[in-house]
Amino acid sequence: MNSLIQWLMALWASIPETLHLPIIKTAEIIVVMLAVVISVALLTYLERKVIGWMQARHGPNQIRIFGLPFLKGVAQPFADVIKLLLKEVMLPSKADKMLFLAAPMIAIVTALTTWAVVPFSPDFVLADIDAGLLYILALTSLGVYGVIIAGWASNSKYAMLGAMRSAAQIVAYEIAMGFALVGVLMAAGSLNMTDIVRAQSGSVLHWNLLWLFPLMVIYFISGVAETNRAPFDVVEGESEIVAGFHVEYSGATFATVFALPEYANMILIAMLSSVFFLGGWLSPFQGLVSADSLLAQSSFLWLFVKTLWFLFCYLWIRATFPRYRYDQIMRLGWKVFIPLTIVWILVECGMVALRVGPWAQFG
Amino acid sequence: MTSVRSITKTLFLGELLQGLAVTFRYMWKPKFTVHYPQEKTPQSVRFRGLHALRRYPNGEERCIACKLCEAVCPALAITIESDASADGTRRTTRYDIDLFKCIFCGFCEEACPVDAIVETRIHEYHMENRGENIMSKDKLLAVGDRYDAMITADKTADAPYR
Repeated sequence: MNSLIQWLMALWASIPETLHLPIIKTAEIIVVMLAVVISVALLTYLERKVIGWMQARHGPNQIRIFGLPFLKGVAQPFADVIKLLLKEVMLPSKADKMLFLAAPMIAIVTALTTWAVVPFSPDFVLADIDAGLLYILALTSLGVYGVIIAGWASNSKYAMLGAMRSAAQIVAYEIAMGFALVGVLMAAGSLNMTDIVRAQSGSVLHWNLLWLFPLMVIYFISGVAETNRAPFDVVEGESEIVAGFHVEYSGATFATVFALPEYANMILIAMLSSVFFLGGWLSPFQGLVSADSLLAQSSFLWLFVKTLWFLFCYLWIRATFPRYRYDQIMRLGWKVFIPLTIVWILVECGMVALRVGPWAQFG
Repeated sequence: MTSVRSITKTLFLGELLQGLAVTFRYMWKPKFTVHYPQEKTPQSVRFRGLHALRRYPNGEERCIACKLCEAVCPALAITIESDASADGTRRTTRYDIDLFKCIFCGFCEEACPVDAIVETRIHEYHMENRGENIMSKDKLLAVGDRYDAMITADKTADAPYR
């Protein structure tokens, strides 16, 4: 055992210094990607469980990991994935084959690359870049190309309608989302994600939650609309357009065009909401208990708990509300959210100018 | 004034929060699901499932080929042909029930003067090949023989009410 460790150390030392960083980063990226994919699988399980409970059912409770007598149903998503990957990939004869196969790739690449700037813990970010917020806005908007291209390349009217709806909806809510993030930007004074979290340190009262509460609600609801989740899922409104943009997809392409990016984006939005408004990896006990006690330590665990709360909200909302009508979605986006965010940004300007709340320290 | 109140209510998501509260309450409520293969719901002795043809205790077929069941069957699922048997009695030579046509109304059972055709409690059966949906006389008698104890007990339990 010791000799193995020594051999590995020697091997590591024999690699040129310049290659160390790329190798470490690649390993980190692989770890994050795997974590995201496994979280997606577990989230689909959680979704079916929570919605089942809310509808007075049990949800999946049969398939067990290696037949172990506990955690019944946890292996359900893995069984689903195996089923999807083994199924035949159908190509519609009149589809644009190249784009039809490229769309799932675009969707999955944009959904996964966004994770690069998410600050997981005080000392773990894949890319601690200065314009992290802009990078996220840019990439989440690019994700819509996957949906639009999937809808267009399928050469089916239902897929096309779904894609058009998705495009209009995402454009509408992107603006409200951007405005909500302007508020965060003003509070933090930086576009760097780690700085945004650091700016909220102190205590729960220093989190953006309190001062930017309306923006948090609007950001999260816009996030639900951005990821095309219920009650804003007209993109795949099965009562009108069968399944929307992914109607022609099957097997592995279905898993990549629809399931994986959608759930990865859900987790991302939930995590970003906690980073922007709930203080990311900061402990809620900071300032309440002494700074060196275990409870007050910043760690990934706090981010995890906060993310889980937002994910639960996602599922809760889905289990509760019926789907919005299309024109109501547009009305909510353009005529309610955008004015509301602008009003709150003005209120925030007033708070900054008068040095109230978290801005008192600059006084 | 009312419009102001309704706008405030909408703005603070009043009704939406009420809805969320309902689903949250339901999340903790006991579930009513019966875990089917492991648990089963109680079944009445009058349950109308798979058909069976019965015999008398001495092994003689009950059916006398009166064709009342064929006549009463609303789905025309029963086909009977009859002839004199070796001992000179009137017997069926063919007694087919098409399970795809059958609506499990129980009229055949009601119509039968000798309690020959009955519907048992068996409802967990399946067919793997085309044509297996036709229950021939042999198959019906086999069901009757196999589940004789259950059928007799059920009919005895139900007898006072008929």
